[in-house]
Amino acid sequence: MIRFSLSGLKPSTLFRVRGGVHPETRKFLSAGSAIEAMALPALIRVPLQQHIGAPAEPLVKQGDLVLKGQLIGRARGPVSANLHAPTSGKVIAVGHFPAPHPSGLPVPTITLRPDGEDRWGPRLPRLRPEDAAPEEIAARVAEAGIVGMGGATFPAAVKLNLRGKYPLHTLILNAAECEPYLTCDDRLLREHAEEVADGAGIMARALGVARIIVVVESNKPEAASAMRRHNLGMGYPIEVKVVPTQYPMGSEKHMVKAVTGQETPARALTAELGIVVHNAATAHAVHLAVRYGEPLISRVVTVSGRGIARPANVRALIGTPVADLIAHCGGLSGEPEKLLLGGPMMGQPIANLRVPIVKGTNGVLALSPSETHRSAAMPCIRCGSCVQACPCGLTPFELNARIQADDLEGAAEVGLLDCVSCGCCSFICPSNIALVQGFNFAKGRLAEKQARKHQQEETKRLAAARSAREEALAEAKRAAMAKRKAEMAAKKAREAAEAAAQPDGEVVK
Amino acid sequence: MITAAASMSALGLGLGLLLGAAARKFHVETPPIVDELEALLPGTNCGQCGFAGCRGAAEAVAEGTAPVTLCPPGGRDVALQLAEVTGSDCGCGAAGGADLSGMAEAEPMIAFIFEDHCTGCTKCFKRCPTDAIVGAAKQIHTVIWDACIGCDACVEVCPTEAILLRRKPRTLQGWYWEKPAQPFATRGTEAVS
Repeated sequence: MIRFSLSGLKPSTLFRVRGGVHPETRKFLSAGSAIEAMALPALIRVPLQQHIGAPAEPLVKQGDLVLKGQLIGRARGPVSANLHAPTSGKVIAVGHFPAPHPSGLPVPTITLRPDGEDRWGPRLPRLRPEDAAPEEIAARVAEAGIVGMGGATFPAAVKLNLRGKYPLHTLILNAAECEPYLTCDDRLLREHAEEVADGAGIMARALGVARIIVVVESNKPEAASAMRRHNLGMGYPIEVKVVPTQYPMGSEKHMVKAVTGQETPARALTAELGIVVHNAATAHAVHLAVRYGEPLISRVVTVSGRGIARPANVRALIGTPVADLIAHCGGLSGEPEKLLLGGPMMGQPIANLRVPIVKGTNGVLALSPSETHRSAAMPCIRCGSCVQACPCGLTPFELNARIQADDLEGAAEVGLLDCVSCGCCSFICPSNIALVQGFNFAKGRLAEKQARKHQQEETKRLAAARSAREEALAEAKRAAMAKRKAEMAAKKAREAAEAAAQPDGEVVK
Repeated sequence: MITAAASMSALGLGLGLLLGAAARKFHVETPPIVDELEALLPGTNCGQCGFAGCRGAAEAVAEGTAPVTLCPPGGRDVALQLAEVTGSDCGCGAAGGADLSGMAEAEPMIAFIFEDHCTGCTKCFKRCPTDAIVGAAKQIHTVIWDACIGCDACVEVCPTEAILLRRKPRTLQGWYWEKPAQPFATRGTEAVS
């Protein structure tokens, strides 16, 4: 224990994470502005799939009146999440709408017209986490529809239920926010450190761990000191660790490496090391859900970039159209070169401003031409910069060569599936080669192939089941016919016998 | 000593000749690759290839009377696998008579039922090899996308022509980025191969 408490003070106890890059953070654009509330948008669109896993099942239909916090989509299956009405109003459509995704493909969406009253429905009963069983806390988190809010959107309750499967000892609260521009977690920690600490304590209780570490990058000293002031969550001591500003420090596995020195095995969970990582914003949402019975219906979003007139951090309802958020921040200043949901390194470009923000949207960025580095690709000069930058220890130039030669299996052999798509290689490449873009393509292609193979096997099974069924039917038919025939024969024989026994004239026939 | 060696070698020679003669006389066909080929085919017996089920198609491919590209639902992947087993030179050359260039673009197709035209005759429902059609007498039928293999069987039997094959719509789960074009990529690929 003493060693642990001392280790928080000594910078040398942090472990080096290999690779990584140091992009200009440009957090100053929005770091100074406090979290603001915004006016109710004219329309709210809640996609049924905002999380990893199965889409939710809609519980409302067109014309229904809903109250704020009412359950409108129920989780389908163990890995899924509930959806709640972000405000009171009328459901005007349950149909398809373009997803907040680069493809812009239509996804099932519930469209709500707010009535302006913002009237709460019955909230979930308050829970006293000090007395509640860990399962109760996890069940409440699931009920409130909380997902990982750092962007991965994995249902939080599933991660809170890892207790039985792995011997856990540490909860790491991820507030590194290594993506440039984003300041939503920074502001959340500065302004709501107490709630975040409490949420962390509740999660620690649900997980059955006694050690909580909050990890903050060194470029957010205010957030770190705010957390240090609230260093107790539900009685659990909270350590604050300041890690160097280095992208991608916020990646779960790299953070665990930086803080504990342990490396997570390839394609394994950090839980195998006894460590669970949650985002700081998730802790805040857990606090609200458990203490106040409020489901996850809003989140803090950083609206930034030089293409935004007044960059800010906004607490926006889930389902608010991106256009409304940008309008709240003074609109666009000039034609943006790129519109992104998320950070500039891993964020997804969008073409349509009418798409809504979802539970995993931590930023809306409008980048002006001066902020994007778009230039023509040049041949690879074998400088090895990408190899040095790759935090996963891969050789991006080799992966790329194999992918360009359509040798996807070969790329998988040399570690394609260990790539976390952080984009360090593309960022550092002096020849501007689209490396990570190629890896994303290859991963998608491989996944599709896998899915097709799976489908083929399943249809084979279906066809086999069908032919078995048909055979059984034919067999039953044959058996029935045979039985009938036998019965008929028996009847005939009986009749013949009877006729023989009766010495009447009929026999002549 | 010499007699022993001579008799043994004579015996060996005689038996060897006997074995050789027997092998020629009782020669059976080499174990057919039909089973192996059948395992590669989708196994849904949809009949699109024109043979009686996947077994028939496998026999035809093994005999060489049908090209490896005969299976539309299997597409390019199955054709490649078949070609590998049969040893026919596919894709790049004309030796095996298998030209994959036409199959390269084959996209997964699924059946689509126009509900306005569906009379609920249950013909397609009965014909579907994978039970992908849901329906009942005088009820509108519909297709379960995940189970449909786009085999065309239902299209043929529909009396009101209410069924069409359509390209399988892309969903968010199956979406991925395009391959980025790299003007200088050829250099890199040479180095790898």
